[in-house]
Amino acid sequence: MAPSSSVLTFVHGTLAGTDAPAVADNCLVRNDWVCGEYLRSRAPQITDALVQHIWITVVSVLLGLLVAFPLALLARRYRRLEGFVVGATTAIYTIPSLALFALLLPFTGLTATTVILGLALYSLTILVRNVIEGLKGVPEDVRESALGMGYGRRRMLLAVEVPLALPTIIAGVRVAAVSTVALTTVGAIVGYGGLGNLLLEAVDSRFKAQVLTAAVLCVALAVAFDLVLVGVQRVLTPWARTRRAG
Amino acid sequence: MLQSVLDWLADPATWQGENGIPNRLLEHGLLTVTATLAAAALGLPLAVWLGHKGRGGTLAINISNVGRAVPTFAVLLLLALGPVGTEYFGAYGRAGLSTLVALVLFALPPIITNTYVGMQGVDRDTVEAARGMGMTSTQLLRSVEVPLALPLILTGLRLAIVQVWATATIAALVAGPGLGRIVTLGFVRQDTGQVVGGALVIAVIALLLEVGMVALQRVLDPVARARRTTAAAAALGSVGSRP
Repeated sequence: MAPSSSVLTFVHGTLAGTDAPAVADNCLVRNDWVCGEYLRSRAPQITDALVQHIWITVVSVLLGLLVAFPLALLARRYRRLEGFVVGATTAIYTIPSLALFALLLPFTGLTATTVILGLALYSLTILVRNVIEGLKGVPEDVRESALGMGYGRRRMLLAVEVPLALPTIIAGVRVAAVSTVALTTVGAIVGYGGLGNLLLEAVDSRFKAQVLTAAVLCVALAVAFDLVLVGVQRVLTPWARTRRAG
Repeated sequence: MLQSVLDWLADPATWQGENGIPNRLLEHGLLTVTATLAAAALGLPLAVWLGHKGRGGTLAINISNVGRAVPTFAVLLLLALGPVGTEYFGAYGRAGLSTLVALVLFALPPIITNTYVGMQGVDRDTVEAARGMGMTSTQLLRSVEVPLALPLILTGLRLAIVQVWATATIAALVAGPGLGRIVTLGFVRQDTGQVVGGALVIAVIALLLEVGMVALQRVLDPVARARRTTAAAAALGSVGSRP
C-alpha cells in the first residue's frame, strides 16, 4: 500500500476530528481503480493533461496534412515519385515511437516540438496515401468537363478535385487522428504526452485511479475526434447528403 | 552529437551486462517472437474460420479500429497494475509478463482483420467452381481459400511482428524488458549518446525487420510464386496452361 497512507490518516484524523477507520475507507487511500475523490481533488491536473493532449494531437495532424498535401501532389505530377513517397512514409511508420522521439531529441530538445514532429511524421503514412487515392478517384469525365468550362489547374484542384476527394481524405484524417491520440501518450518521455504524463507519473506510485482515468479519457478522446471528423465531413460534403435523400 | 553516439557505441559497457545491447536485444527478440507466435496461434484459426463461414465481418473490422485507438502505454500499465502483477511492479518478471500479454493483444488486430478480409476477398466464382468439383468444406478451405488469401494473411503477420517490435520498446516505460530500456536509462542519465544510439539501434532493426518480412512474404506467396514459375516456364519454352 502507499507509504503515505499513515500520514494521511494522521492529518485527517487530527484536523477533521474523524476517527482513523473512517478515513482509511477513502478510495484514494485504498488505491481503488475507480475513485470519485481522485476526479474531484485532481480536476485541474486532469484538465491540463487533457487540454495538452488535444492541442498536441490537433497540431500534429494538421502539420501532417500540411506536408502530406504537397507530397501527394508531387507524387501525382511525377509518377516515379509515388513509390518513393509512399515507401519513405511507410518506413518512418515502422520506427517505434520511443525511438523516433529519442532520435528527434538532439534537434528539438525536451519540448512539445519533439512530440509534434514525431506524430506528424507518423500521420504522413496514412494521409499521403489517402490524398493520393482520393485525387486518383476523381472521375476523368468530371475533370474534362471542368477543363472544357475553362478551369485552370489551380481552380480545378481547389474547386473540383479536392472537394470530390474529400471523403477519402477525411477517412485518412480519421485514422490518423485516432492513432495520434493513442501515440501522444508516449510523448510523456519528453514531458509532453498529455494524458500520458498522468500515466507515467502513476507508474512509480502505482496509482490505479489515475491510470484508469487517463486510459479511459484517452479512448474517449479518440472516439470524440472521430465523431467530430464525421461531422466535419457531413458539413463539407453537403452533396453527399442530398444525393442520399433524393 | 554524432561523436557522443559513436563514443557510446565504442564503450565496452554498452555491450555488456543486463543493460548491454546483446542482453536487451535478446529480450526484445524473444518477446517479439513469442508474442507474434502466440497471437498467430490465437488469431489465425479464429479469423480463417470466421472468413470461411462469412460471419463476424463487423467484429473483425472493429477489432482493428479499436486496436488503433487504445494507447499501448495505458494497456501496459493497466495490466501491470491489475491482473498480471501488483506487488513487484518494477521487477523484471511481472513487467515482462504484462508486456507479453499486452503485445499479444496488440498483435491480434492486424492478424485477425487481414486474414478475415483476405478470406472474404477470395473470388466467389472460384469458390463455387471448387464446390462444383465436389470439394468438401475442409478441402475448399485448405486448398482454395487459404492459399488465395495468403498474401493478405502474410501482410497481417508482417504488420503484427513490426508492431510488436515497436510496442515492445514502450515496455521500458513500465520498467519492462527489451531495447527500450537503453533509451529510458539514457534519459535518466541525461546521456544523449545513449538515448540516440539506443534509438538508432531500435529503428534500424525495425526497418530491417520490415524489409526482411516483405522479402519473406514475396518468397512465401503461392500466387506470386506460381506466376513466377509460369513466367519462367514460358521463358524456357514449355508453355503452361495459362497464357
